[in-house]
Amino acid sequence: MMQTKRSIIGVFKPNRENTVADAMDALKAGGYTEDTEYEVLTGTPYPEGVFGENEPKHALFRYPLIGAACGFIVGLVLTSGTQLAYPLVTGGKPILSIPPMAIIMYEGTMLGAILFTVLGIIIESRLPRLFMGAYDERITEGWIGVTVTTSEDRIAKAEDILNKAGADDLKRGWEKS
Amino acid sequence: MQEHVQLNSKEVNDILLKDVLGMPKWWLPAVLFFLVVFLAGGAAFGYMLNKGVGVTGLNRPVMWGFFMVNFVFWIGISHAGIMISAILRLTQAEWRRPLTRAAEVLTVFSLTSALMAAPLVHVGRPWRAALWVFPYDFERGVWPNVRSAFVWDPSAVMTYLTASTLFVIIALLPDLAIIRDRTTGTAHKVYSLLCLGWRGTPRQWKLQAVAGILLSALVLPVFVSVHSIVSWDFAVQVGVEGWHSTIFAPYFIIGAIHSGVSAVATVMVLMVWLYKWQKILTPDHLDAIGRLLIIVATIWFFAFFLEWVFALYTLEDPELALRELQVFKHPWMALFIVFLITAYFFPVPMWMFKKVRRNMFWMFVTTISVNIGMWLERFLIIVLGLARRQAFTFDWGTYHPSMIEILMVIATFAWVMFGMLVFAKVFPLIPLFDIKEGMVGGPHKIKIGRKEIPASIHE
Repeated sequence: MMQTKRSIIGVFKPNRENTVADAMDALKAGGYTEDTEYEVLTGTPYPEGVFGENEPKHALFRYPLIGAACGFIVGLVLTSGTQLAYPLVTGGKPILSIPPMAIIMYEGTMLGAILFTVLGIIIESRLPRLFMGAYDERITEGWIGVTVTTSEDRIAKAEDILNKAGADDLKRGWEKS
Repeated sequence: MQEHVQLNSKEVNDILLKDVLGMPKWWLPAVLFFLVVFLAGGAAFGYMLNKGVGVTGLNRPVMWGFFMVNFVFWIGISHAGIMISAILRLTQAEWRRPLTRAAEVLTVFSLTSALMAAPLVHVGRPWRAALWVFPYDFERGVWPNVRSAFVWDPSAVMTYLTASTLFVIIALLPDLAIIRDRTTGTAHKVYSLLCLGWRGTPRQWKLQAVAGILLSALVLPVFVSVHSIVSWDFAVQVGVEGWHSTIFAPYFIIGAIHSGVSAVATVMVLMVWLYKWQKILTPDHLDAIGRLLIIVATIWFFAFFLEWVFALYTLEDPELALRELQVFKHPWMALFIVFLITAYFFPVPMWMFKKVRRNMFWMFVTTISVNIGMWLERFLIIVLGLARRQAFTFDWGTYHPSMIEILMVIATFAWVMFGMLVFAKVFPLIPLFDIKEGMVGGPHKIKIGRKEIPASIHE
């Protein structure tokens, strides 16, 4: 049975990036793990590392390669299959006409790459997220949130750290088990 | 950008979501008007289905008329979105920020218009088009012939439409979350579902940034292939000598970019006029797109010139007959002159003046002029290519579009306007997060001599 988890968010007024970075440092010093236990939420893409956060690792670049390979194979099977099934026999010419096959295989390759890339973006972004956790609507108005999702016995300490770091507001979120 | 208006997140939300969360007075009448025009085109289409394609002006030898002209025109316009969005994203041009989404959405609706013009309407019996594409009617032995350009074409256009639509959807996620946070009740539930639970973690922002670049890099080769393949619909036709040209693919692509970027500039002006977004879309943005248009238009004119040179250099009768028809015969001569003036000789000299490039009214007039010219260009290529007024031709013919065709062409314009307006009511037409990203860290100004300028241009 999974341990019950609680979620809390400390929100900081706009332009308090330094304070947020300090809060993140305090959470790290308090023994919390970034990404799995705490993370920063913003309504604007900030340059990486502004809050002292780690650079997120992802494997997005693999997806278009896999997609391209799948699309290429589908294109190859479709074009060669249709020509072999209904051959247009022309003297001195091969049954499989390569130039038109290349065009459709090219489109298939690109379509596969794009579809898999989009799939990869969603998976790597960890979406869809069914439960929002502790969240504050002011984040999309420029406020900055630091959310902590951890076990019930560690949430009070996290709340204390966020308070001491100077969070302008604190909100408790959902529980999950 | 020298002209930088610094706004905070709340101000950006207020300006750009005003007409999503509320409804401007003009919106409903405008949408209803375009819907009625579109439905009038639908009625004309129904009449054509009932009576047959005999109600159009199509007849031997001109079997491609307004529908195909319109198809090529809308495919051309659709190149705007990806050209502006992808190239400017990849080069990290700061002035792209307010333009990208409108350009991408224009791409999507233009492509649907193109699909309406050609496979749906032009074929006369559209239900048969389903058998040509997918699923194949195995029972009746219907298979696509991959040697035909008409199979390459749907594969390219559908790839482009799918890619462009997904491009728009992925970039919408952060903005949908902003609307989610500003709505209640059913709207809140719908936007919550649509934004997939977006929260704005560093990982999600990083993936958004990478996605923008990666999808741009993947869509660009598709964008090049689409109009190349559209040009091959013509260039590989055995029976129409006037279309046999090796330069058709690049000529069509640059023509598409010319008309497409002009259409984006038109949309920019409309966005300022209708939504009063002058704090976001400044004369600086129009100036930048005006400069780009001078380059694009001139490359297009060079390609047009080369197409003529290659045609005349061969001294082949069909080519000479086509050129004679375009330049010396009534009424095509008049259309040819109007085409040249509106597509190049009026707008480009105008864009040389900074005052014109920074003026909403003149940018609107000149960019509309380009698209009148580019529509005529496609007409003069397609219809006159097929008319083939030359010796040893079985049929000499001409083309008079019927009211049914004219209505259906107008309906495609109404459809794009309708689609853009409805989209702008439900989703923000300018990416809020992109605008906010441009504001992060600003404003820092330094004084050099007596002038205060932005300290850095940040990306």
